[in-house]
Amino acid sequence: MNSIIQFASKLFQGQSAADADDVYRFHGGVHPSEHKQESTTLPITKLAMPEKLVLPLRQHVGYIPKIKVQVGDHVLKGQMLAEAEGTVSAAIHAPTSGTISAIGEEVIPHPSGLPDMCITLTPDGKDAWAPLQPVDWRNTDKKELVASLRASGIVGLGGATFPTHIKVRADGKSQVHTLVINAAECEPFITCDDMLMRERADEIVKGIEIVKFLLGADQCIVGIEDNKREASIAMTEACKALPGASVKVVPTLYPSGDARRLIHLVAGIEIPHDKRSTDLGVQVFNVATVLAIYRYFAFGEPAVNRIVTVTGSVNKPQNFEVLFGTPLQSLITAAGGSKANTSHFIMGGPMMGFDLPSINVPITKAANCIIAATPDLFPAAPPAMPCIRCARCADACPVNLQPQELYWFSKSDNFEKARDYKLFDCIECGCCSYVCPSNIPLVQYYRYAKSEIIAADKAKEAADLARERNEFRLARIEREKLERAQKHAERAAAGKAEAAKTEESAKEPVKTDTEKPAAAAPDDAKKAAIAAAIERAKALKAAAAADSSQQKTESTETASSTSNKSAKNESDKDEQAKKDKQALIAAAIERAKAQKLAAAQAGAAPKNVDNVSPAVQAAISEIDAIREKAKQAVKTKDADAQD
Amino acid sequence: MNRSPYISDAPSVSIIMLKVLLALVPSIFAYTWVYGGGILVTLTIATITALLSEAALLKIRQRPIRPYLSDLSAVVTAWLLALALPPLAPWWLVVVGTFFAIVIAKQLYGGLGYNPFNPAMVGYAVLLISFPIIMTKWPAPLILAQTKLGFMDQLHFIFSNALPANVKIDAVTSATPLDYLKTQLMLKHEVASITQAPVFGTFGAKGGELVTGAYLLGGLYLLQQRIISWHLPTAFLATLAAMSLAFYTVNPAHFANPLFHLMSGASMLCAFFIITDPISGPTTPRGKLFFAGGVAVITYLIRVYGGYPDGVAFAVLLMNMCVPLIDAHTQPRVFGHSKN
Repeated sequence: MNSIIQFASKLFQGQSAADADDVYRFHGGVHPSEHKQESTTLPITKLAMPEKLVLPLRQHVGYIPKIKVQVGDHVLKGQMLAEAEGTVSAAIHAPTSGTISAIGEEVIPHPSGLPDMCITLTPDGKDAWAPLQPVDWRNTDKKELVASLRASGIVGLGGATFPTHIKVRADGKSQVHTLVINAAECEPFITCDDMLMRERADEIVKGIEIVKFLLGADQCIVGIEDNKREASIAMTEACKALPGASVKVVPTLYPSGDARRLIHLVAGIEIPHDKRSTDLGVQVFNVATVLAIYRYFAFGEPAVNRIVTVTGSVNKPQNFEVLFGTPLQSLITAAGGSKANTSHFIMGGPMMGFDLPSINVPITKAANCIIAATPDLFPAAPPAMPCIRCARCADACPVNLQPQELYWFSKSDNFEKARDYKLFDCIECGCCSYVCPSNIPLVQYYRYAKSEIIAADKAKEAADLARERNEFRLARIEREKLERAQKHAERAAAGKAEAAKTEESAKEPVKTDTEKPAAAAPDDAKKAAIAAAIERAKALKAAAAADSSQQKTESTETASSTSNKSAKNESDKDEQAKKDKQALIAAAIERAKAQKLAAAQAGAAPKNVDNVSPAVQAAISEIDAIREKAKQAVKTKDADAQD
Repeated sequence: MNRSPYISDAPSVSIIMLKVLLALVPSIFAYTWVYGGGILVTLTIATITALLSEAALLKIRQRPIRPYLSDLSAVVTAWLLALALPPLAPWWLVVVGTFFAIVIAKQLYGGLGYNPFNPAMVGYAVLLISFPIIMTKWPAPLILAQTKLGFMDQLHFIFSNALPANVKIDAVTSATPLDYLKTQLMLKHEVASITQAPVFGTFGAKGGELVTGAYLLGGLYLLQQRIISWHLPTAFLATLAAMSLAFYTVNPAHFANPLFHLMSGASMLCAFFIITDPISGPTTPRGKLFFAGGVAVITYLIRVYGGYPDGVAFAVLLMNMCVPLIDAHTQPRVFGHSKN
């Protein structure tokens, strides 16, 4: 009886302990077999110097860096080979000393399998460092530190490869209070972060201290999945040295390493879909990135290597410290070679990784794991069956999407619906495909739909731009017309005023006071007219349209002839009094106001008219209307003159 | 090329269907025990008809036959229909019903995954409307029948509609409790006295409640295997119980108690095997609750006020029509989005 009570209370305590730990859960998720044991039996090994290093310029998210060396140059280890260009960009450094032997296109590790620009370095075997400059970060201005990081070549080493200096830059809008260190490493097979934490926890925490300082964060939470016991123990121990830093062990459930999932897990903050985590005061760094930052500030070492897991069908699966640019072949050889039935190599994990195009690709900043694949390890999926709407995918989706609906819409090219069902919130984690009984390659459908939507959006943007240009042109024509009319009116008024001055200056000097605002008015009226014209052009989008381009040329011609005529009429009326001029200005202002009002009303109507010609047609009818008004004005003036 | 994920952990469609068939085995045993071996003949006829018509239609539609036949979905439809039909239904009735279910309700809509209506229930409804007398004439459970037909007699009856000499049809048939209750209530009898009749068992129909219990057992197995989600059976049974409890509380003389409704007719079959068809049902968790609740309400109303003793088939088909609407309006909140 007692034992039963004890057992029950244990269960209860276990539950409440989990509650007290504040680990939030996310919807769905999957737990594939981990395959992490294989590559964690041996310590991280430094890879022997390969015969050549191939450094792709595109190893990060953002702009391609600018090459600063030439073929034949001798470079030292850590010397910058390419400089970050533009805001989002990262530098490339020489991973060892040697000679630049080629600059040109080489095959790179990318899903497309296409070659890209690379710098090839032949090591001289000395591995001689360039003079290194450690940074006394505690006593340096933060702006300088960020600028310095920009030259470090450090990018997010979890696989996202986003340039690090962008992430620590204060944007002035939001204050980061919590730094989350992503050490979840939720994908099966990958153990590089795990091994790094086991072996270099102290250095990682020193890196955390720097990043925490840079961000001005109060606390730091290291999120580690509960299948990495040794790592979490090492990190907990190391975190004692840093106030405000703590380790939070999260359940092993893929994809807990997704930044938004992890923030939710460890901090209980759900980042809204349209916001960045920094908007809510949270920034996430991968554990290896933090270590790289430490090495850079403490020793001046830029990003020249990383830890790579080599596992799967190799004879000695383990983690290596690998210089960037090392050919995959050398890595596989170091891991005891691949087994006989190896079919190809995968970069990344089995959930989100991709097939490498060749064994000659270099290791890049993004390469966290290389898996030698065999048909036994990753059997080819059976042919896809129709979706039976079992909704297992919906149960597994960590974003709580309805993958079966998204599939249906993507398959039928119903992209608007796919967007409505939040396609762009999909993180492509692959949980849905993983649980699909019909073996439907769901993620591929989503990628397809996303790329189609993005392409369509771009095309629409281009069309919008073209339409805007056209509208601007029409507005300019309108403006020039008004300006011409204005000039004539001014000239007429000036002539009249001069005459009036010479005649009446002695009698009525007060008149000049009323003259002043009138003289200032044309400018305002002109501005108003231009504004009105632009407003009108914008309003055109909503207007309905007649067709025929003939009508267009016709009406444009009549419009210009009418304006000429009206201008001529006005110049004929040289003797027209100041009153008339003011009336004209007032009319122009009135017109501008009316147009603005019309524009404001029209603004409520949908603006995304894709076709250009209705807008042009609408513009013509608008010009016709203006012409009518001008005619009316001339008529009334004529009538006034006759009176 | 990016073709991740490389790994999968999903039972195939065939395995899912196989488990559904497995879950039906206890009820087939119970059925055989209660009504005799005739059901095995009916199941065989239905299975053969389903496979043949599915194969023929796949051939006509130029679809691969082997993968679609081996997904076993046609067999599931055939078995569910066979179990819903009256025992000893004539062979042609089984053939017509199954043919309709597979050809019209499934293949002509595009085959597996595309049928908006539950094929077995379409087949059932077509038969119920076309042949109402045969469809409501149930044989008495063996324990009640004056003359107990052997397997060969049943087999003979199914194919030739002929009983052994000197056995009259009334000797082997009896009204089902739902039917009996309905007709007796119309004669102004009270529930308490009606349920004294021999066709009533402890909870539902004498003998029949055993089959119902076996459906429940099979359903629990499907739940345990995560083939079906808890939402559908729970919402169906809870709504049916709540409906009947409300009516029963108001007038126990005129309305049967909740337990009777849960254990009679096709309640359990519906809760665990019919509304759990994923293809013709909703996919969102809340949608499943609405759907199952709707089926229960309509079922109860047809039983109490409608022209048929049981209303499961019509209730399911009516709710099938609402599935797109239900799904559209029960979309769960996506992570990072506010509630609409």
